This record gives sequence, structure tokens and C-alpha cells, in this order.
Amino acid sequence: MQKKLWLMIALLLVIPGLLFMVGCQKKAVTQAKAPAPASAPAPAPAPGQAPAKAPTPVTPSGPSGMIMAEDIFYDFDRSLLTPAAQDNLMRKAAWLRANPKATVTIEGHADERGTNEYNLALGDRRADSAKAFLVDLGIAASSLTTISYGEERPVCTQQNEECWAKNRRAHFVVN
Amino acid sequence: MNRRIKLYIFIIGVILITFGPARCWAEYDVIDITKPFLRKIPLAVPLFKNVSETAEEKQLSETAADFLSDTLEFTGYFKILDRGSFLFDPERSGVTMSTINFQNWTVVGAELLVTGFYEAEGDRISVELRLFDTFKARRVIGKKYTGSKTNQRSIILRFCGDVINYLTGNRGVFGSKIAFVSNGSGNKEIYTCAFDGYDPRRLTNNNAITLFPAWSTDGKWMAFTSYKAGNPDLYIRNLGQGQETKFSKQGINITPAWAPGKFELAATLSFSGDQEIYLLTGAGKIIKRLTNSRGIDVTPSWSPDGKQFAFVSNRSGSAQVYIKDLASGKVRRLTYEGRKNTQPSWSPRGDKIAYTSEVSGGHDIYVIGIDGQDPVQLTYESRDNEAASWSPDGSLIAFSSSRDGPSRIYVMTAYGTDQRRLLVLAGEQTNPKWSTNHLNN
Repeated sequence: MQKKLWLMIALLLVIPGLLFMVGCQKKAVTQAKAPAPASAPAPAPAPGQAPAKAPTPVTPSGPSGMIMAEDIFYDFDRSLLTPAAQDNLMRKAAWLRANPKATVTIEGHADERGTNEYNLALGDRRADSAKAFLVDLGIAASSLTTISYGEERPVCTQQNEECWAKNRRAHFVVN
Repeated sequence: MNRRIKLYIFIIGVILITFGPARCWAEYDVIDITKPFLRKIPLAVPLFKNVSETAEEKQLSETAADFLSDTLEFTGYFKILDRGSFLFDPERSGVTMSTINFQNWTVVGAELLVTGFYEAEGDRISVELRLFDTFKARRVIGKKYTGSKTNQRSIILRFCGDVINYLTGNRGVFGSKIAFVSNGSGNKEIYTCAFDGYDPRRLTNNNAITLFPAWSTDGKWMAFTSYKAGNPDLYIRNLGQGQETKFSKQGINITPAWAPGKFELAATLSFSGDQEIYLLTGAGKIIKRLTNSRGIDVTPSWSPDGKQFAFVSNRSGSAQVYIKDLASGKVRRLTYEGRKNTQPSWSPRGDKIAYTSEVSGGHDIYVIGIDGQDPVQLTYESRDNEAASWSPDGSLIAFSSSRDGPSRIYVMTAYGTDQRRLLVLAGEQTNPKWSTNHLNN
């Protein structure tokens, strides 16, 4: 009985989602037909994301400092990956595939709001969600370790949304 | 002003004496612990009568009387009367039953009176302390203590324990300690101090983030989380010998909480890929998993009988406090008001749970019945008021507050009154945890 209810709810959520996706694709097609497309449009940076770096093409043999040094950012009290974070992780995956010997520590962080026990758990989930995404993209789980710092290591210490957004992050350290 | 108050007190005193004080006043043999801070008991502590000759000893007898006043005032039960109003000269008046004129005390409003008789010879001190019920005109406690001058503090504390035991039926908080986290050294480390903030000492020297101190019931063990080996791991330290057991698994190993009266503790571990609460032995072996829900489960706090524990879960979408009953395995949600409620702390009396609620602009401490009824807000100060921890008798709550900027440790009564800063220390202090009451007492 309850299972059926959940199924109904899931369908209710999924079907509009599918419709939305179809709508998006159509748009993309019309855009592609438009004259003089520069290239694939850069994904709009999510609110709170660091200013998007110039879209440097991923050079697999390039220095690790480039893509791996970029943090990914999360919404408040969430560990789900935003579209911008997913895009960033795809580029990280490309670099990792080209550098299969590299091992990476993924640090999960939280902003100072919320209490520190909960934030340590939240940082743990954030690091895990980034790791799971990279593993889904074919990166060996054994090359990725996670650690949560919760709210203990902020990069920004002012008390405003701009600062908090910078602290809600996963940071990647190539060992 | 002062004169008017004195006149007022005098008039009240006269009225009371005239209309039968024995009948209506000072009937408490036990403080009503359900609302003890609404009417504080007026207590007089005149300077102790000093029979020693030297100025140094006179000084000691003064500081002893002051310390006794401060200690009893700390409990929140008493209003300490101003010595300036006393019709009493410690050098001339007596301190024993037969020599006390009780009307001199009832007139200034004192319902209880503590007198002291202080004698010093070399390093040895001898202190006689008495508690009188002024309206009944009778001695309630009389004790004589001898020791070295360095024992003065513990002598006074022992007597204060007797006073509180007489009034409440338990010995209060004077043998307890408070552990907390301070970053004064540059890293968060664990410190301990006496119940009143006295003698703060650094316990850990990990040179790494160290968090979540947890006392065992017998006070002999301290569990905590530290990053000293890189990962947030659990450590279980024997406080007497200093030996540590490390518990380390992939992920977080945090928020230890000792099961009451047992060498077992609950803690949050995430090696399974999900943050769940487990039961461990004091030697660091997993006994069993206690929670089972996708999402964050963290911060266990045991009921005093060890049959249930409160914890934080985001299973409903936001962080809220839940209670799990171990025998039935049932979990119920405790908090419904407030966006996010975390850091549950189960009162030693068993009937209430304090917790931290997110409010606009920060956090405040609330207390709720274990039936989930009547959440009461205890702090209203700006910014963050967090991490409530009950005193062992359930009468006081320690917490951290950033009301004045940096986070500091504060203490208030269980009803939110008498909020005051506990101690002055470099850096920021967080995460207070009150021990049980047997240490050094």
C-alpha cells in the first residue's frame, strides 16, 4: 500500500521532470541552428559558485593545479551536487582518467551556520557525493579518499551569504 | 537608595516578626526543585570570626567567607545579602547558637545564615561552619574541618555540599568539572575546569582539531574526537593514567556519549557510507548499530536510565531531535518547531531535553519535555547560544555563547535565569560538557 503511494509520488515527480528535459533539448536544438554559434554555450554558473574560470579546454597532461584546484560548491544544508558542481566534476574526471596514478583526497566542508556536530556529518556527505559522482564516471574508488572538516576550516570568515557560499565546498587535494 | 531599601527591609522584617514568622516562613526543608529560582532564599554570610593574630590569616578568613558566598550564589538558589546591611560585628558578636541574636538577622531579611569560625596556625587551618535557619532560630548544620591552607577551597565546597544537600536532598554540583574545547593554543584542544570555572587546565596536546569531550559516569574516562592522525577519529582516554585507545574507521568518528554507569559509549560513525549511531565498548569495539536511516544521524544523548537516547536526524528533511527506545526499537520525533534543532542534552532528572534551535541570526537554547510538549526558549541573546550541557543535579546548564563576539562558556539555571560567563581564557571556547559530581569531593 505504502509502496504504491511512493511509486505514485515518484511518478508525479519524474514525469514533469522528463517533460522539462524534453523542453530543454528542443531549446538546445534551436540554439544550435542559430547562425554563428561560438561553441557549446558555457553552463551558467550556479549562484554562489566562484567566478567561472575561462573555459580552458581540459589538457589531460596539463598541470594538476588547474582543474583539480577548483572547489565545488553546495546549496545550504545540502549535499546534492548542483549542475555546476557536476560539470566541474566531469572535467576533474577527465583529468583523473589521464592521470590514473594520481590519488586525491576530497575534503567536505560546511559553512559556520548550523552546529558543528551536524556540520561534520554534512561535510562527510558532501565529500561522499563528490566521490560517488567521480566513481560513477569511471574513476577508481581506491584512488579517492574523503575527509570531513565540517565548519572547522572555513576559507572565508565574514558572516554573510557570499562568504558562507564559499565555505560550503568540497576541496580536492592531489596527493 | 540603599537607605530606602534598608528601611523597606526593616519594615517587612518588623511586620513578619509581629505576625508570626514561625508559621509562614522558612518551611522548606527541601527546595521545590520545580521552580526554585523564582524566589531566591535570602542568605547572610558575615565575615568569618577570625581568632588568629596575623593580617594574612585575617585576609584568608575574609576570602573564605567570600568564596562561600560566591559558591552558594552560583547555584542560583540564593540571594546573598549585602554585608553592609548587617546588624552584626564579626569581631564582637558570637557565631554559635547561644550567642546569635536571630532577630538581628530576620530584620535584615535573612532566612538562612552561615557563620564561620576560623583559626590558623602555621600551615594548618581549622574552620567551623554553621548553617542557621533564622526564623526557626535553630542550627541546621554544624561542621568542623581541619586541613592545610591549600585545602581551604575543598573545605568550603564540602560545607556548601552539605548546605545544598540539606535544602535539595542532593549534593549539588560542587564536586563536578566542566570539559570544553578552546582554541587558545592555535588549535582546538580539550580543557577541563572546576564547576565554577576555577583552575582551567589543558587536557589534550594534539596540535590538531580536537572536539566533543565526553566524560564517563565515573569520571575516569574521557572520549573525544581528534584529527591528530589526519582523520576525525575517536579517542578514549584513561584520565588517571593518560593512556588512550584509538578508534578509527573511514569517514567520521564523532560525538561520543557514554552510556550511564557503563563502560560503553554511543558514537556517530560513517564507515558504512552513511552517518549512523553505534554502540561501542570502552575498549573501542563495535557492539551494535543503534540507528538505521538513510541520511545524517548524529549526536546521541542518553536518558539517565540508559534505556533511551535522543539524537539528531535529518530523516524528515531538516535536522530535528528524535528519541530511540532501545527495548522496543521505536523512534519518535521530539521537536517540530524551529527550522533546525540539534545538540540534544538529556537532563539528569530525566524529564527534559535541552537542545539548540536555529533562529534568525544564530542559535538559541531551548528545553522541551520528553513528551515533546512545551518547548521553552532559555536564551534570547544575539548570535549563537549552543551546546547545552546539564549540571549533574539538573539545576544548571552550561552552554557556549558568542553574545559578546568570541564564543565563551556560560552557565545559567535550568530555567534560563542567572546567565553568566563561566571563565576568562584566551581564544574561543565551545562544546562544554558537565561531569558527574563525585570528582574530588
